[in-house]
Amino acid sequence: MKHLLSTEDLDRAAATSILDTADNLKRALLGREVRKLPTLRGRTVITLFYENSTRTRVSFEIAGKWMSADVINVSAGGSSVSKGESLRDTALTLAAAGADCVIVRHPASGAAHRLAGWLSAAGTSVVNAGDGMHEHPTQALLDAATLRERLGSIEGRRIAIVGDVLHSRVVRSNVHLLAALGADVVLVAPPTLLPVGVQNWPVTVSHELDAELPSLDAVMLLRVQAERMHGGFFPSAREYSIAYGLNENRLGLMPEHAVVLHPGPMLRGMEIASAVADSPRAAITDQVRNGVHLRMAVLYHLLAHEEENS
Amino acid sequence: MRPLLLKGVRPYGEGDPVDVLIRDGVIAEIGSVTADDVEVVEGSGAVLLPGFVDLHTHLREPGREDTETIETGSKAAALGGYTAVFAMANTDPIADNAVIVEHVRRRGVEVGLVDVHPVGAVTVGLKGEKLAELGTMAKSAANVRVFSDDGHCVHDPLIMRRALEYSKALDVVIAQHAEEPRLTVGAQAHEGEQAARLGLQGWPAAAEESIVARDCLLALHAEAKLHICHVSTTGTADVLKWAKARGTNVSAEVTPHHLLLTDDRLSTYDPVNKVNPPLRTGTDVQALRQALADGVIDCVATDHAPHAVQDKDCEWAAARPGMLGLQTALSVVVETMVKTGLLDWRGVARVMSERPAEIAGLPDHGRPIEVGEPANLVLVDPDATWTVRGAELASVAGNTPFEGMELPGVVTATLLRGRVTAGRIPA
Repeated sequence: MKHLLSTEDLDRAAATSILDTADNLKRALLGREVRKLPTLRGRTVITLFYENSTRTRVSFEIAGKWMSADVINVSAGGSSVSKGESLRDTALTLAAAGADCVIVRHPASGAAHRLAGWLSAAGTSVVNAGDGMHEHPTQALLDAATLRERLGSIEGRRIAIVGDVLHSRVVRSNVHLLAALGADVVLVAPPTLLPVGVQNWPVTVSHELDAELPSLDAVMLLRVQAERMHGGFFPSAREYSIAYGLNENRLGLMPEHAVVLHPGPMLRGMEIASAVADSPRAAITDQVRNGVHLRMAVLYHLLAHEEENS
Repeated sequence: MRPLLLKGVRPYGEGDPVDVLIRDGVIAEIGSVTADDVEVVEGSGAVLLPGFVDLHTHLREPGREDTETIETGSKAAALGGYTAVFAMANTDPIADNAVIVEHVRRRGVEVGLVDVHPVGAVTVGLKGEKLAELGTMAKSAANVRVFSDDGHCVHDPLIMRRALEYSKALDVVIAQHAEEPRLTVGAQAHEGEQAARLGLQGWPAAAEESIVARDCLLALHAEAKLHICHVSTTGTADVLKWAKARGTNVSAEVTPHHLLLTDDRLSTYDPVNKVNPPLRTGTDVQALRQALADGVIDCVATDHAPHAVQDKDCEWAAARPGMLGLQTALSVVVETMVKTGLLDWRGVARVMSERPAEIAGLPDHGRPIEVGEPANLVLVDPDATWTVRGAELASVAGNTPFEGMELPGVVTATLLRGRVTAGRIPA
């Protein structure tokens, strides 16, 4: 694996291999006083973030550091990016400075693909940490790791993804990955928040959350961004919350074993009630914890595993 | 200038080869011609057509001479077989007044490779708020015949109605870039399967179709002449068919890229494929070809849009929309329309030359190949193929989506009033 741009590029074997590596790393670090492996010593990893992010950037940074890589954080506000430098020039600069891996988040869909094209000559790996409305592959992988941990398996499990499917990169990555892993995915959203063309995705589509809940093994809630609330996608936050918010009553409609996931940041009281977010059924902090191991696994597969893969 | 003798050419690709003698810029004789003291162009059975007319060209001068100039664009046009082009108004400064259109016209005459006709803006600054001085531009030395805010839609229905009404007194045509702006805020790609997968904001077909339908109704009501730029959807073709059947004076163009390419190409996120309106589906491509063959769409126009490297070698959303088209148009038409049997060479003459000349009211272009007619002509080798290389095209910019493609049909010579403007210049 040279880059991780899209879960669409991962078949079941490749995805399972990353998930297994993450499990192994998690076990290897369990109970250690010094959480540091020497695997990526001497390798330089740069996070290049054009959008604000706390959890993803921190997660990648910790992952790199626990693998002993040198991690440098570049944000669009504090670099020559703010002076109008093009994405291409910034990328080539980072590669020339010696980056082995660039982890990029960018508001434009496809930015990570473009970056990978420009950096292929330099041999620098690219990880897509979220490109516009396109994909966020490590989020989907950590979701899968969490589902596997909680449910034991993913094959044949029924998983609902609820909310703003149209604008969500998390959904696109999850749809490809969960399909590859054999899950049965249902997207639940008002028609205004579903893309034209969704009928060709390997999913079923529903507008009725209550009808889906009894058959679910997991529900994944998506944050409703403020700009959608004012963009005419639904009449009001209240009406959205009534129709699609996961409250305690709805939690009760799900089977006992079913888990609740949220990629964060959460809007408590909107798409998820506080009591649900804090309940033992919610795996939200597990997702964050697994995110670090998963991203360690991704860096391992990109930077330390090359010989076996090539 | 010595008379020119085209030896062994086939007008409209029909019949046995004949000779065509051109004297003083006019076709003087057709048949088996023996003449002394003439320049001879060996036709070798090439297809002879009336010179092409492009209703939709961006020559970028004034303002973006780093991507194209009237000189380089004229060269590209001549090499593509064109004898007249209409230069769109979205230059910098904008061609919304007589000074700019006269400048463009004058530069075109100075270069002299193709008749450059400036298109005037419909509204001041292309803002869609206030009519530009259409009459002053029409009556200026530039003799503006076509007005368009291309790049922007004249979206306010009242402004569009007034423009259509006002144009009648000037006997000019309003060319609409049909794009409902509220339905295309932030739009990046055809709204459908590909855009959904790639996470690109959708540009719905209905945003084009609804404006075309509205403007056809307005044009009929105002009894005015309307032209629709770059038709890109099946639905627009249906609306045009309906509007024409009820007597609307509407004409329409389709671009070569919408006849050949689909949004399947977007998977790489390479913005060389970014264009407005966007590449649509295979179904749309088939419908557009059929509509062109049936005359529902009148003509082919290139929407030749040169862009600098930095405006294309970037992330998709930041890239400017547009593609080169002048030198590849004929070959794409041969590939999509002639090879498929949808058009014969007479049909090519119709959609590339005769209809666009009629729509714009150009008296000397798109004329029959007959004695006494102006020698605005193009010679095409129908059997030759060539491989497109952006760097080898005459334009300053190189943003062709056909890079590396082998296409049929080669322009071997272009004649503007009897003068060879491209191709093998006789010794």
